[in-house]
Amino acid sequence: MLEVDDIHVAYGQVKVLFGTSLKAQSGEILCLLGRNGAGKTTIMKSIMGLLPLSAGTVKLDGKVISEMPAHEIPKERIGYVPQGRRLFPELTVSENIEIGLMTCQEQNDTREWVLDIFPRLRERLDQQASTLSGGEQQMLATARALCLRPRVLLLDEPTEGLQPSMIEQIRQVVVRMKSEGVAVIMVEQRVDAVLSIADKVTFIEHGNDLESVTADYLREHPELLKKHLGV
Amino acid sequence: MDFGPHLLLASLEGAVTAAILALTAMGLSIVFGVMRVVNVAHGEFFMIGAVIAWAVASSFTGNPAIGFIAALIVAPLIAGIIAAVADKLILQRVNYDPDRTIVATIGLLYIIQQTALMTFGPDARPVTPPFNTRLSLPWFEIGESGFVMTWPWGLSTTSYKLFVIVAAIAVLTGLWVLMTRTKAGLIMRATQQDSETAQAFGVPVKRVYSYVFGLGAGLAAVGAVLVVPIQQAHYLMGHDPLLLSFIVVIIGGLGSLPGTVIAAILIGMSDGIISVFFSPTLAKIIATLVVALVLVFRPHGLLGKKV
Repeated sequence: MLEVDDIHVAYGQVKVLFGTSLKAQSGEILCLLGRNGAGKTTIMKSIMGLLPLSAGTVKLDGKVISEMPAHEIPKERIGYVPQGRRLFPELTVSENIEIGLMTCQEQNDTREWVLDIFPRLRERLDQQASTLSGGEQQMLATARALCLRPRVLLLDEPTEGLQPSMIEQIRQVVVRMKSEGVAVIMVEQRVDAVLSIADKVTFIEHGNDLESVTADYLREHPELLKKHLGV
Repeated sequence: MDFGPHLLLASLEGAVTAAILALTAMGLSIVFGVMRVVNVAHGEFFMIGAVIAWAVASSFTGNPAIGFIAALIVAPLIAGIIAAVADKLILQRVNYDPDRTIVATIGLLYIIQQTALMTFGPDARPVTPPFNTRLSLPWFEIGESGFVMTWPWGLSTTSYKLFVIVAAIAVLTGLWVLMTRTKAGLIMRATQQDSETAQAFGVPVKRVYSYVFGLGAGLAAVGAVLVVPIQQAHYLMGHDPLLLSFIVVIIGGLGSLPGTVIAAILIGMSDGIISVFFSPTLAKIIATLVVALVLVFRPHGLLGKKV
């Protein structure tokens, strides 16, 4: 479904991705594992068109999206939960959701659907996003991405710095999206969290994809973790 | 004239200055807030507004109100379009890099100024106000015979000056509604807070920047159209509004719209009052001193956020 093919990306003069490829299927959770600085976040930003590709393509259902202007890419229903949440801090919860709804011109039914998934946000609609707790901010960032009714959901370290009950809630939402046929690509540091929900795992190192395996295979061969991550 | 009526007269002059300044500075503030661009050419958009207002108003004969209303629509529109084109042709090409945009807008300043000189010439051009009734103002005092109302000689204003104040309030209210109550405003605020994430949610950031740059220039031009019946249009008239707008935006807090209004009232009123009682030069000296003090003791301005 979403196919990243041999992409090369640089921040100015500093090259970060050297021909990375990966594939995500609908109804499947693909996790990207790799050390800090391996290029995981760069892959996510490149899919969203926020960084220019010097080579390679990103395709969604066969359509090349990497040549589209960056603001057109999310309209293909690619929801993005950036690292560190990146909410609009001075906008209210309601306004942050509104921005998500405007992306694909979704209406009130989507708003209700999202607020039913995260009832906590419904209680805080008029509150400024920056005043939410960490867990609520992550909920809002996820809700904002769900407002696109995504076909592909990109989550960059969605559980970073959250308490276990919040991690569980986010996990349940991700699993639910998978069961509704969304292709999920997730960057995650915690190996146990990855193993519990991922269908496939791609190891990233030095801007390359080293190896893609199914999560079942990884569970049977934990030595791969040692080999690629040193843990 | 006694001190009281004299102060009232000075305050009215100050209020007119404040009204024009609030509009002009608001344009600068919005551009900086959303785009992080320090627009050194802002005063020239003010000048364009004034010169075009003269050109439009003088092309109409008959009732001056018709020409004035046409100018009020056409001048901000043309200034806005010129700014949006400049954004596309210049600022976009330098990727909104802070240093390069300053140099680029300095260049833009001279291009606009010299083009105005070559097109309209060096003369100062008056615009007839649409209405200009002299209104005498009463003064109240408690004398030996109790509370009396007097009409001190010289204590008067014109209906046009009052209109300028009302019009500025109306435009600023409209702007506030635009920013806080409409989708366009929501998009601008989201872009201001995190342009990359806004783009990841389908906001065409480049187009938003062009509109915002146009809006900023348009606000300066509205201020200029309102002022030309009081001052004359001239190709060098952009300097003072630029300097005062910077002063206001720094005091109010960079990018803070309410701060900009408060600072505009503060600087406009003090400018008007000090100019009447002492001299316009002293007013500028004091305003600049206030900026220096603000930068020392409250670098983020009155309502700006700490960085």
